[in-house]
Amino acid sequence: MSLDKATVTKIAHLARMKLSEDRLDHMVGELNNILDWVETLKQVDTEDVPPMTSAVRHSLRMREDKVTDGGYVDRILANAPDAEDGFFTVPKVVE
Amino acid sequence: MSTADLTELGLAEARDGLKAGDFSARELVDAHIEAMEAAQVLNAFITETPDLARERAAAADKRIAAGEAGLLEGLPIGIKDLFCTDGVRTTAGSRILDNFIPVYESTVTAKLREAGAVMLGKLNLDEFAMGSSNETSYFGPVRNPWRRAGDPAAELVPGGSSGGSAAAVAARLALAATGTDTGGSIRQPAAFTGIVGLKPTYGRCSRWGIIAFASSLDQAGPMGRSVRDVALMLRAMAGFDEKDSTSVDAPVPDYEAALTGDVRGLKVGVPVEYRADGMPEEISALWQQGMEWLRAAGAEVREISLPHTKYALPTYYIVAPAEASSNLARYDGVRYGHREDGGNLIEMYENTRGSGFGDEVQRRIMIGTYVLSAGYYDAYYLKAQKVRTLIARDFSDAFGDVDVILTPTAPSAAFARGEKTDDPLSMYLNDVFTVPASLAGLPGISLPCGLNGEGLPLGLQLIGRAFDEETVLRVAGVLEEAAAFDARPAQWWREA
Repeated sequence: MSLDKATVTKIAHLARMKLSEDRLDHMVGELNNILDWVETLKQVDTEDVPPMTSAVRHSLRMREDKVTDGGYVDRILANAPDAEDGFFTVPKVVE
Repeated sequence: MSTADLTELGLAEARDGLKAGDFSARELVDAHIEAMEAAQVLNAFITETPDLARERAAAADKRIAAGEAGLLEGLPIGIKDLFCTDGVRTTAGSRILDNFIPVYESTVTAKLREAGAVMLGKLNLDEFAMGSSNETSYFGPVRNPWRRAGDPAAELVPGGSSGGSAAAVAARLALAATGTDTGGSIRQPAAFTGIVGLKPTYGRCSRWGIIAFASSLDQAGPMGRSVRDVALMLRAMAGFDEKDSTSVDAPVPDYEAALTGDVRGLKVGVPVEYRADGMPEEISALWQQGMEWLRAAGAEVREISLPHTKYALPTYYIVAPAEASSNLARYDGVRYGHREDGGNLIEMYENTRGSGFGDEVQRRIMIGTYVLSAGYYDAYYLKAQKVRTLIARDFSDAFGDVDVILTPTAPSAAFARGEKTDDPLSMYLNDVFTVPASLAGLPGISLPCGLNGEGLPLGLQLIGRAFDEETVLRVAGVLEEAAAFDARPAQWWREA
């Protein structure tokens, strides 16, 4: 199975990245090469093998459910490309 | 001691010299600032912070005088520009973060500061740590301080992604540096530049405040010019952190104390699957030499099998891009970093991410988005996670028979810039010997053990059991002594 340009364009849209036509053309070949290569995994019998969910065995810790941090709007907005009145701003989304 | 002499010291030696009062932290730091400023042609640093370093060195001298010196008091080090540093620009080597100034400090750099270490600046890297040559950085490639004998004009890569860290340590601009390793990003550049680099067990060092690439693989570690130096750095970097849910709550040993020099009776495994076809003769000979050194020191070397080795790279190139596509979703031009306007919200996202990320990062986000998309998740991501289980089992089976595993670090010495950029797959193959241990979460170290015919350093890798960095360091110490590697790059950049 190989990806065509329409599929690659769709993936770029899902990933929210605008790519030039030229880049998309390139990407079709590159992605297909990589996907062909990872096809080798199909040779491995993974019947009854559980997926690895953690690199090192450990159980997740529990902690008390309480607020331990926060209360510094200015620091949170310090790097915002465009902030106003204590909020992040984005282009208008409702008419 | 003259200024030049102070950059000749190792991290542990400089610590001892400061303690003995042979020189001040300010003198030590000034010598390294001078070296850093004279080596800008290497492009090892993205951001230099000499004023901050002098200020912190002065504070270190006061603490030393007061008898309050920390573990790394007054020692100048470099920080990979993937660690968030409070008030100091942190870019991840990406245009999308080229104006990002964190308002907090990563746990690892906070621990280093607390130990008294003095940051010289932020080191160059492949964009978001995605690369094996430091050529994907938005801030330009790093030059390897080493040059081929007979072909000094060829500009060699320092490896990656921690290429700036490796170059800075090898060129004696910093006593040591932090790196991060997702599939080999500490070990491969260490091998390419003739230094020592350790990737600790997953969970050993906190990931909090390190810009995320692939969260189930990312791990911070030390890079230095000797096994003792990385042991010392690791002690300051490691430890439990409640802000990282995968940080492991275990005591941090005194890693320097592990360097006993005694490997008698230790069982060293050599995986038959790593004898790749086409391995350069020099690398296979060095590997053989490594086995002989360990045998001579009283260890027992035996063959082991890691049968799923050949599936490790394809597994990695599904798991890592999948996690990256998810982690990098946060760069949307709203909360921090680069923003490019558009007619509506979606266009703003697309324009921002289209121009803010470089080619390799975009390629991996595309792969990751695809393998996680509806209908393909089971065929790719789930399948890869199952194969990953088998790769980890290979190692746990092997560690039933042996205490440590010896392999080459990389399939070649440092290559020239542009040699592998046209073909992503050939670049990915650089990590063939380092990726399996990463997938299994195990600790691995690379140390320089010899030179190839062109006078370039070659490294050997030791892989240990989870949380057994001590055995890895102990065996590395013995190899280091046997190899007696003392070659170093000529300081051509000072004449340039």
